[in-house]
Formats: sequence, C-alpha cells, structure tokens
Amino acid sequence: MESSVAMPPPSPSPAPAAQKPPTGAVEGSATWQLSDRIGLAFCWGLGLLFCAIAVAIVVYLLIQGLTYLKPSMLVTPAEAGFSQSQTGGFSDALIGTLIVGTMGIAIALPVGVGIAVWLVEYGRPAGLARITESTIEAIAGIPSIVLALFGTVIFSSTALGFLSRTTEGIVFGRSFFAAATMLSLVALPLVVASTREGLSAIPQHVREASYAVGKTKIATVRRILLPTARPQVATGAMLGLGRIIGDTAIIVVLLGATQNFAPVGSTFPLNYLRGAGTTLTNFVYEASPTGNLNQPQKAYAAAFVLLLMVLALNAAVDVVHRRARKAGTWSH
Amino acid sequence: MEEEYLPEYGPKWSDQRAERMLGALVCFVVGLLLALIVTVFVKAWPSFAHNGLAWFGAGGSVEEQLNQIYLSGLEGANYVYTFHAWTLIWSTLLITGGAVLLALVSALFVSVFIVEFAPVWMRDILQPVVRFLASVPSVIYGLLGVLVIVPFIGNHLVTEPQKASVAGVISLSGYSLLAGVLILTVMIAPLMVSIFSDGLRAVRPGWLEGSLALGVNRWRTTWKIAVRSARPAIVAGTVLAVARAIGEAVMLGMVSGSVAFAPNPADGLIFIYEPSRPLAPTIVKNIDSLGSAPSNATLFAIAAVLLLSAAFFSMAGWVARRAMRKYGATA
Repeated sequence: MESSVAMPPPSPSPAPAAQKPPTGAVEGSATWQLSDRIGLAFCWGLGLLFCAIAVAIVVYLLIQGLTYLKPSMLVTPAEAGFSQSQTGGFSDALIGTLIVGTMGIAIALPVGVGIAVWLVEYGRPAGLARITESTIEAIAGIPSIVLALFGTVIFSSTALGFLSRTTEGIVFGRSFFAAATMLSLVALPLVVASTREGLSAIPQHVREASYAVGKTKIATVRRILLPTARPQVATGAMLGLGRIIGDTAIIVVLLGATQNFAPVGSTFPLNYLRGAGTTLTNFVYEASPTGNLNQPQKAYAAAFVLLLMVLALNAAVDVVHRRARKAGTWSH
Repeated sequence: MEEEYLPEYGPKWSDQRAERMLGALVCFVVGLLLALIVTVFVKAWPSFAHNGLAWFGAGGSVEEQLNQIYLSGLEGANYVYTFHAWTLIWSTLLITGGAVLLALVSALFVSVFIVEFAPVWMRDILQPVVRFLASVPSVIYGLLGVLVIVPFIGNHLVTEPQKASVAGVISLSGYSLLAGVLILTVMIAPLMVSIFSDGLRAVRPGWLEGSLALGVNRWRTTWKIAVRSARPAIVAGTVLAVARAIGEAVMLGMVSGSVAFAPNPADGLIFIYEPSRPLAPTIVKNIDSLGSAPSNATLFAIAAVLLLSAAFFSMAGWVARRAMRKYGATA
C-alpha cells in the first residue's frame, strides 16, 4: 500500500507479468467496438495532455528563468526600490528556504522514524497503535493553513514565546523556529509512511536471526532494521523536504511578510532563527502580480530556482530507488 | 512481534526504556493533534456562539463584515462577531467540486491507461510526469496561473459583451472560477492517479483472465472488472483529493480573484468566468488582522470548518483504504 500523501515511488517492475492479461493472439481488434476505440483514444489524449502540461511547466519556467535570473540575484538580498532593477535579489529567501528545510527535516526525521519504529516493532497497546495510525493520517489531511494558525497560538504563548520576535512585550509568534516546527508536521506523515513501508518489508526471519544471537529489540532496530530500510527512510525524508520547501501558507503566516532577515538579539545564529525571514515560496508569492511586491520577472527567477530544487529532489528519490532496487533491498 | 523471541538475558532495561521513550514520543504527537483540534475549536467558539447556524448562512457582504469585525477589535470592548460565510463556502464548494469532478474523470482514464493500455515506453514517461506534477509547489502553480492562465482567460475566452453584461456588478478580468478549477485539477489529479493505479494493479489477475476467456475484449474487461473491483481505491483517492482541494489556500488565493462574490450558475455559463474566494484563501488574505480578538476568532472559525471537513474526508479515505485491504484487493 502506498502512502496516501506520498506519490508512489516509480513502480519497480511495470506490473508483474502474471497480472497482465494475455495480449496479441487472444484478441483480434475486431472485438473492439467504436466506443471502445474512442475510449482508448481518450486515454491516449489525457496521457499526452499530462505530459504536455509537465513539459509546458518546465520549459516555460526554464525560458523565463534563464531570461530573468541573474547570478547576482542569488547573492544580493532584497532591497526597497521603485523598479525591478533596483530591488536587489533574493539571497535571503534562498538561505531562508535552506534553513527552513534543514530545521524542518531535522525535527521530522527523528520523530517520524521513531513513530514508524514504534508502530512496526512495538505497537502495544494495540489501541494506541490504531490511534497513532489515524493521528498520522489526520495530520496528513490537515490543511497547512490550519497548522499555521495553530502555530501562531503555540508560539505566542508564554512558554514558547522566547523563540520568536518580541517587540515591547508583544510576541508575534513569527520566527524560523515557529515556521520550521509547523513545517515538520507537514513532512512527518511522509517520513512515517515511507519508513513504515521499509520496516514492514523486512522479512521476519531477519529479526529472528538477530534475536537468536542475543541482540535486544532496540539493538536489532538500530543495527539491522534501520540500516536495511535506509533507502525508504531517505525517500521519506526527501519527499518531506520537498513538501517543506514547497509550502507557502505556513511561511506566509509564521515567518512574516518581510523579504529580509529580521534578526532579534545578538547571539548568532539564534538571533536569525528567532527573527522573521522569508523563503523562496514566500518571495514568489509576494513578487507575483497578486502579492505586495509585484515584480513578475523576479518571481519567475525565484520560481525557477525553486523548481530546480524540486526537480533535484525528485531525481534524488529516483536515484535512491534505482540503487536500492539493484541491491535488492526494495521489496515491492 | 512475539514475546518469546526476546532474549532471556542481556541488558533488558535499555530495551524497555527504548520502548517507553518511543511510546512517549507517539503519545506526544497524538497529544499535539488533540491540542491542535481543541485549540482551534476553543479559539473559534466566540464566532460560532455569536452567530449560531447563521454563520453558515448567507447575508450581507463578507468583506464588510470582516472589516467591521476587525475594527471592533481595535476599538475595544464592544466586539462585533456578525459573520455569514455562505459566499466563501459556496465558492469552496464550486471550485472543489468542479476540480474533483474533472480530476476524477481524467485520473481514472490516465490510471487505466498507465496500468493496462500504455506501451512500456509511455508508462515510463507517464509515471515520472505524474510524480512531478504532484511535487510542484502550489505557489508555482499559482504564479503560472496568474501570469499565463488568467490573462489568457481574460483576453481570449471572456468576450466583450460578457464583460459589459456584468460591468455594474463585477469585473471579469480572468481571475475566475475557471482558472481556479483548471489549476486545482492539475494539482489533485496526480494524487488520484497514484492511488487509483495502486488499486487497479491489485485486482486479481484471475478475474480479468476469466472475463477475457469469455471473449470480452480488454477495454470492456478493464472497465467492467478491474475498475469496478478497484472501487474502494477510487473512493479513497477521491476523498483524499477532496481533502487536499479544500485546504488549498495559496494557489486559489492567487488565481480565484480573491473577491468575496458568489458566482451563480443560474446566470448561465458566464458564472465560470466570475471571481470568488474560497474559505482557505480568506484566512491567508486576512492574516494581518489576527491581532484583533474578534477577527482572530473569526479566522479560527474558518479554520475549524476547514479542519473538520478535511479531517472528515481524510478519515473517510482511510476507512475506504482499510476496507480495500480487508477485501484483499491490495497486494
């Protein structure tokens, strides 16, 4: 079963041969009525349409990106200005995306792996296991804007307020800490689903062999099971990372609508993490014609960089799969 | 895991401690979700309490009401909560419904194509394409919508007489229901395709072979046997896509026009060119008014409605997929 939220990894073998209905000799095309043929043509049409949309998105952004993206944009922060030539670049947004991605996955990965290990290897009491399963499913279904609003509540509370910007005692609850924590919830279900899939694909006798030589359960998990499931854990992390860097709603609410870092205090790097900031998604959102900046050319450039990151992550997932399949550790 | 496989000797305490720690982690995440649900509803309560069921009803201008609510919060004691969200709910229903219908049809055909009919080379292209479409960030879809789709609709599809006919009410600039529905379809169809194809692949080959042996051609066999027995997967994929569509805030906020206006299908086909604004983008748009207490409650009330409906749909999808597993339909 694939996770509901993750796109499936590329199917290792295109449907096992046994499942394919016999073709060719069995069936003459004479049995295909006109309506069947039209239906098949419709299939082809939609399939080609999907490809065309994907190609159009990539090519269009490639052209716009190459036209408007200047290397200097990647190293200059945004500035106030009257025209698109005066407003600098989006280096703060780029760094912000990296920070948010790193922090988000640094939280989601251990928590997600921990939950998956508990679900597959322990899972007692059974009632709690069922509740946990539906919790993860529910978290996957929560709209990110709702997570963002929840974030404003917990990060402006007195207990966690110190993690965010404060002005004259008013806590805004906007900071890299706040955004990354909420974004880790977005990635969590993907990490859990993928890790779980990897762990449950490991045959039972592997565990038994480990117990037989006197390993404890947790030692088995750490030394045998998790290393074996590494490709799936990595896949989950990368899918989660893709979701984190692509999310906009949480960033707009919890990181603020500024286009620069707004450090708070003086301790590096805490001052940056406690302050508001921006990411590429936020930059694209604000720089689009419906945003506050309205600089479509820079929006295209930033969107191009963002798309490159997403494509790189997709490619990395593919590489992990191919390697794991070659090594025979990918089970389905 | 069976008890007897545990070793009789060795440092058992560390194993127990590990289990307890992982258990605590799990409880923490479960607790966090509960806290989220409780917080959202507690924060939303004043808005629901003041409006009752009229919250979901029609009446007055939503923009005006939101503004009044915000201003009353700045002034102090006499908070205004009057809010009738029907315009926003209607827009959500129209956009989600339209996109899910379109996506359902296209995803069904595409997954049938991927699983049964596509030649291997085509399948090898389509699968990465579907994954790619699912992983494009919504803000990129929004940007392309605003800069490509919206101007196209505004300049080429909407005719001048149509613009003139509603000139006094609303301006048809291309920010429209149609743009929102089309882009949302592209965003949710890949999710459906992935779940539908899983279901179709898991259909027992014997059933298909039986049908083929009776002389039914492959097309009919696929639709009458494979698609029907993959019905739980189709239900699951559809409801999960609905949950995703309801929560989409950023892209819809960019292309739907962001005007609280209720397009009326009774006006004829022109309604698909009319702008509107669903629930989720309303939160993003009014996020700066969070500081005003009544606005805060109102936004949380919208979030509560989103949370409830999204949770309902994803739980429904979960139940459907469990049913599917019980059938043994999945591999």
